[in-house]
Amino acid sequence: MVTSLKEEELHKHVLIPYKPNAKYAYTAGQAQSRYLLGLKEGKILGRKCVKCGKIYVPPKMYCDECFRPTDIWVEVMDEGYVMTAVASFISWTREKISEPELVGVIRLLPSNPRDFVYPGIFHRLCVSYEEVRNMSVIGKRVKAVWRPKEERKASIEDIQCFKVI
Amino acid sequence: MKVNIHLNKRVAVIGAGMTQFRRRILETPQEIAWEASSKALEEAGLELKDIECVVIGSAPDAFDGVNLKGEYLSHGSGGIRKPSSRVFVGGATGVMAAITGWYHVASGMCNTVLVVAEEKMSPARPHPQSVFRYIWDPILEKPLNPNLIWIFAMEMHRYMATYGIKKEEIALVSVKNKRNAANNPYAQLGGNITVDDVLNSEVLVWPVQLLDISPVSDGGAAMVMASEDVARRYSDTPIWVDGVGWTLDNTEWPARDLAYPRYLEFAARMAYKMAGIENPYKELDVIEPYDPFDYKELHHIEGLRIAKRGEAPKLLKEGVFDIDGDIPSSPSGGLLGVGNPIAAAGLMKVISIYWQLKGTAGKMQVKKPVHTGLAQAWGDLMQASTVIIMRN
Ligand SMILES: [Zn+2]
Repeated sequence: MVTSLKEEELHKHVLIPYKPNAKYAYTAGQAQSRYLLGLKEGKILGRKCVKCGKIYVPPKMYCDECFRPTDIWVEVMDEGYVMTAVASFISWTREKISEPELVGVIRLLPSNPRDFVYPGIFHRLCVSYEEVRNMSVIGKRVKAVWRPKEERKASIEDIQCFKVI
Repeated sequence: MKVNIHLNKRVAVIGAGMTQFRRRILETPQEIAWEASSKALEEAGLELKDIECVVIGSAPDAFDGVNLKGEYLSHGSGGIRKPSSRVFVGGATGVMAAITGWYHVASGMCNTVLVVAEEKMSPARPHPQSVFRYIWDPILEKPLNPNLIWIFAMEMHRYMATYGIKKEEIALVSVKNKRNAANNPYAQLGGNITVDDVLNSEVLVWPVQLLDISPVSDGGAAMVMASEDVARRYSDTPIWVDGVGWTLDNTEWPARDLAYPRYLEFAARMAYKMAGIENPYKELDVIEPYDPFDYKELHHIEGLRIAKRGEAPKLLKEGVFDIDGDIPSSPSGGLLGVGNPIAAAGLMKVISIYWQLKGTAGKMQVKKPVHTGLAQAWGDLMQASTVIIMRN
């Protein structure tokens, strides 16, 4: 039989805190580095496989369908359609937050509504909670709101959010 | 998809055991694994010395707060001085452990395998949510401060938007599964709730609310699998594994349509082909699709091709998936009702089908006679799916 913690024990249990002092220097790699530098220029870059025609955004140096190198860099639009949108009322540690964070996925153009796989981006949406809640934002055409050029750092944060146009 | 299947031996399940699923269990992960394993051996009528190989399933190390959980759990799982291995494919792990046990036997490598799955979600502080931070792309996603529920909320909303599905229709899964869990002696959260209770519960990440999601829990599950000759010697009611399937999709979830679980369709096709199933709606008698969220059970029923795309909510409303319906779904109570110690929850689904087919599911037993059942799990960045089909 398993033994559950009693209610009173919840308040006086001994906690063993441990903070691994782990730091990482992540590698962006060839494709992602170029993508990040593109963001600094206000461009969204992808890689195209000429064999199957697939455009990878975020870019990849190989096509995972054809298992061969992708061939060319392409610039896609900083506009697209909202595929899905959500509103988070909790932080990543599960604390409540009063102002919801609004994020979603955008199918960037050029692409086709029938595509199962498409150039896509996960980012913040500058819309209201109501538009997320009633789903009216899903399917809307949006455009990137870029940070001022001098503030850009070759990061996903160079885009502030996507705004309905 | 090309899958060539060369079986050396037919494989049966002959015993299973579980701990209760609870939040903040005081036993260690090894003690939990030991309890589930001993019960499984007892039901099989075997002793540990009769077991040739051990397979351990545990999803991420970080939950229990220890590293290399396979090695850590090995003695509680009876794996010392035996060929022991650990599998982990996120939420899909529990069924992957059973599949791995299956191919250990099907290949002819061992005649008896003990499959053990364990997870403790509740030790993490301040909340297990924070442990999931490392599943995100460190450069392109983590700067937006996501928590795990974000992606599932995104998938749920995409599913709702594509097919015009309402939250009320999805909430019925939670109502059904928690009601079924009231019959399950191992369950953490069985009970009678209403659609309104779900719709009025705390909003976590809209459209996901507190009662749309399975609870944080700890627990263990174990199963004994054996080759046909051993199974016939030890059991009058061996349950046969007739089909398995598993697939990974890519991790680029923002670049593929979340309305439909393509990864599951591939896994299901593989398992159906092996089991000779052509029409899953007609040929499956009872199913345990993976339900860490309520919408996910419906999404999975469509990926399993039991319902057409967007039509699972309609069948649910008609009662098809009720315990006395055409295809009872999650008669155990699922993760929503029994609890979600990740790998253990997946194996719990396999064990539930095994008990249903054996006829020993007690108060959980579905009303109609059952001969073919399916269990399924799913995980990682919405990319991994595992399916197992059993017959009596
Ligand atoms: Zn290609």
